[in-house]
Amino acid sequence: MAGYVVRRVVSMTLLLFLLTLTVFFLFNMMPADPARLTCGKACSPAIIEANRHHLELDIPPIEQYQRFVGGIFFGRTFSKDTPRPIECEAPCLGYSFLRNTEVLTLIARAAPVTFWLAIGGFLTWMLIGLSLGIVSALTRGRWVDRTIMGIALVGYSLPSFFIGLVLIFFVILDWNLLPFPQWTTPDKDLGRFLQTMILPWITIATLYAAFYMRLTRNQVLEVFGEDYIRTARAKGLPERVVVLKHALRAGLTPIVTAAGLDLAGLLGGAIITENIYSLPGLGSLSIGAVLASDLPVITGITLVTASLIIFANLVVDLLYAVVDPRVRVG
Amino acid sequence: MSDGANGQILNVTDLHTYFPIKSRGLIPRTIGQVKAVDGIDLALASSETLGLVGESGSGKTTAARSILRLVEPTSGQIELDGQDITHLNSSAMVKVRRKAQMIFQDPYTALNPRHTVGGIIAAPFRVQKVEPPGGVRAAVMELMERVGLNPEHFNRYPNEFSGGQRQRIGIARAIALRPRLIVCDEPVSALDVSIQAQILNLLKDLQREFGIAYLFVAHDLSVVRQVSHRVAVMYLGHIVETASQEVIYAAPLHPYTHSLLSAIPIPDPAQQKKRNRILLQGDLPSPINPPSGCVFRTRCFQAQEKCAAEIPPLVELEPGHKVACHFPIAKPPESVVVSTTEEDEAVMAARRDSGPVDSGAMPH
Amino acid sequence: MIGVEEVEGRAQHSPERPFLSVENLAVQFKTEDGIVQAVDGVSFSLERGKTLAIVGESGSGKSVTAQAVMGLVKAMGGIVSGEIWLDGQELNGLSPAEVQALRGAEMAMIFQDPMSSLHPFYRIGDQIVEAIMAHRKVGKGAARKEALEMLKHVGIPAAERRIDAFPHQLSGGMRQRVMIAMALINSPQLLIADEPTTALDVTVQAQILELIRRLQGEFGTTVIMITHDLGVVADVADDVAVMYAARIVEQAPTSETYYHAQMPYTLGLLASIPRMDRGQQDRLDPIPGNPPSPIHLPPGCVFQPRCKYWEQVPESAGHCKTDRPELLASGAGHSVRCLLPTDARRQISQEVLQSLRGEG
Repeated sequence: MAGYVVRRVVSMTLLLFLLTLTVFFLFNMMPADPARLTCGKACSPAIIEANRHHLELDIPPIEQYQRFVGGIFFGRTFSKDTPRPIECEAPCLGYSFLRNTEVLTLIARAAPVTFWLAIGGFLTWMLIGLSLGIVSALTRGRWVDRTIMGIALVGYSLPSFFIGLVLIFFVILDWNLLPFPQWTTPDKDLGRFLQTMILPWITIATLYAAFYMRLTRNQVLEVFGEDYIRTARAKGLPERVVVLKHALRAGLTPIVTAAGLDLAGLLGGAIITENIYSLPGLGSLSIGAVLASDLPVITGITLVTASLIIFANLVVDLLYAVVDPRVRVG
Repeated sequence: MSDGANGQILNVTDLHTYFPIKSRGLIPRTIGQVKAVDGIDLALASSETLGLVGESGSGKTTAARSILRLVEPTSGQIELDGQDITHLNSSAMVKVRRKAQMIFQDPYTALNPRHTVGGIIAAPFRVQKVEPPGGVRAAVMELMERVGLNPEHFNRYPNEFSGGQRQRIGIARAIALRPRLIVCDEPVSALDVSIQAQILNLLKDLQREFGIAYLFVAHDLSVVRQVSHRVAVMYLGHIVETASQEVIYAAPLHPYTHSLLSAIPIPDPAQQKKRNRILLQGDLPSPINPPSGCVFRTRCFQAQEKCAAEIPPLVELEPGHKVACHFPIAKPPESVVVSTTEEDEAVMAARRDSGPVDSGAMPH
Repeated sequence: MIGVEEVEGRAQHSPERPFLSVENLAVQFKTEDGIVQAVDGVSFSLERGKTLAIVGESGSGKSVTAQAVMGLVKAMGGIVSGEIWLDGQELNGLSPAEVQALRGAEMAMIFQDPMSSLHPFYRIGDQIVEAIMAHRKVGKGAARKEALEMLKHVGIPAAERRIDAFPHQLSGGMRQRVMIAMALINSPQLLIADEPTTALDVTVQAQILELIRRLQGEFGTTVIMITHDLGVVADVADDVAVMYAARIVEQAPTSETYYHAQMPYTLGLLASIPRMDRGQQDRLDPIPGNPPSPIHLPPGCVFQPRCKYWEQVPESAGHCKTDRPELLASGAGHSVRCLLPTDARRQISQEVLQSLRGEG
């Protein structure tokens, strides 16, 4: 098991390295010219050239990449030969000249919003998805099952911008049940936080819950057909034990994988939901950065999101090995 | 078509098929080998059936597949109809497959469910670019008729047929190009007994009609006896005994053959209760780390010190009867139970822990 | 029609009833294609300590019959009717909780594929301990000790270590030993073995059959052995019930079945298997055709479409295509479901079995 973990961590590190390489060069090859974008209205070739030097874009890409990676580990200084050099301490993901802020600062500011959005949404959808999925499997073919699957189908087919807009329109504007969302952290104003987050959570959870209902139902039904469930019944175990201990543990294990990865993906920002509810999270940050061609920010967010997913993958695999002894052998 | 040397269709010499075991990790290394087939010789003449029997993990299926190069043999020589096919490239092998076909165990997975039966049976004509006289469709319908299928079901899909009928489809496909050799890999073990008999009879009839040679791989010794002229018994990658069908079943000499035969209950209650029983203990040892000397010695009632030290060669003790044993025995002691003592348990435990022992771990 | 009073009257303890008695058992499953009649009017009885083999091909209903006795069919959505008497108690009328209390305690079951029948996530020792604690109030330590003893008893080498193994770490034969240990841990009176050796090699099959025989002798267990293998039947059974298309078509003591079978299907089976104990036949004598679909069983005799002899049935005895034969006594402990007159059946039996022997 220890050897397995070490091997996985090593390969994860390697993957992260390849990731920085890909991300960096992918965005470097984009047609946008940052030197021109930072130039403003009164622009001349000389200023662009100066900007290019200022942004350190006039050196070979390999060297740019070296500085970028060096920044992550040791920090770096931007605008070195100007009166106001900018010290960016390790881990330095870059500097947004458009916003005059370090990329890491921008991400750190937006991350809590996305974190709360993702966690709340995740818990909501897992709770609804798993419980209704299990109920649906246990009542297979009866009206309860059909109703739940009907709901899942509806939830599955509604796009999240539609759900978000409908919720805002009715709950906030028409019925005045909630104030208009305004972001705050839970420690500052818990009531306001909850009032703001409840609709985004529901919006995010709808699609995922529908997906997890179906996934859970299928998994549980598949496991119910397994021979070892028949054995558990033949042993005279109460149906409750058969379902909870024997069927669910086996049936829900693959769901752990899907859930972990979905959560990680969501932690990278929910662009549509954040935008609809004006939440200043990573999703909003990235859409703003893309619209402004703010390359350092895009690169930074991509790197953070991808690292999250790689890390989640590792966690999920380790969890899987804990749950399923057959995975442990290697 | 001319027969090879000695009128033989198939001549296999010193065939080895090893599967490498890779370590997991970033750069996989070969850390061992599964010796699935460890040096076997086989010969088969036209109109002859050679039964290849053994338990799971004996290497019989790997051997069969290696002979048709569905699995790459590690070393040895395979001669089909006088032609050395051991090292032919894949385009040359396509031509060879006109002469040698295969029938598989599972009639449910061996047929593509999206093709019609007609399409499946016609596949060999397409692949080999053969235009039979009267056209492909007529030829396919004739084949269906020959194997006992209704030719009107030409356009049906495999899922509309029962297991026995699907095996007939597989047989029709195999005989389409009049091959000289068919390798049958457990062709009836997935079928019910009343259907088994139909298929076994069909195979015999086809052999008589077309002079096909069968390499018949199966674990069921009574089925093998029904169709075979000669039988080879495999254990852990080796042939331990081979002889004519009559001799193998009536007068075997290898302790393993004795054990196998005595383990099969016969459908006659009075006789069954009177029979000698040799109860082997434990399971097959791991083919990754087979026992030294004779591979069977760990479960053998005849085993002595010599068996651990020297590999017994396969020698011809009587004309046509070869045995690989230091202490062959014509009549085993009555009712042998190789008992499980504490010491044996320790040996068995050590053996079981020496690697992934389960036959399920064997690549098939 | 059975009146209500009569049902209540029969539900009382009846000492003359054999240890296990299944009466007119029927099982239906509703599927998308229609109603599957998996078991149709099956009756048999079994004395304590004896072994009954139920023989049949796939789809004959033999496994479903066994699972119905265990009360497992209802959980799979099947509809069960008829009566199942175990040691003076009727099971089909019991509540699910009452049957559950008997399962694993009074009656236990082992299955064909020991790999998939053990839970892959739990250690084998824990799975056995669970079976103990489901029925008896014992501490975990004591239960574990008992499990270890049982593992040793069924011949698991190095049981002290194996008790903490996961199923995938054992060979097929070892897994089936574990299943047997788990089934017998609460000393059930009835053990149902559903094709227990079909997935195993012959040498391992011999070990497992020997083990079941030994334990049956020690514990006095009554055994129902479900199999398609007529060799296994000859080896272990006292009585044989032959099932075909959801019905029992012939039932008799084992030697009677092998030497004086009367039902054309049983004779067909005996004639179609290749036999090691006799000379090599040139051709086998198979039963033509295929078994009927369980959704569209023939209205008369289920075997008629494949039967060689149905035209020999005299008009007075009825029509095989339309009249459903009953399972009727034909000699001591021997019953047959066939419209052929007894004399004709005996005649055919003698001819078929003699010709089989004649080849030897």
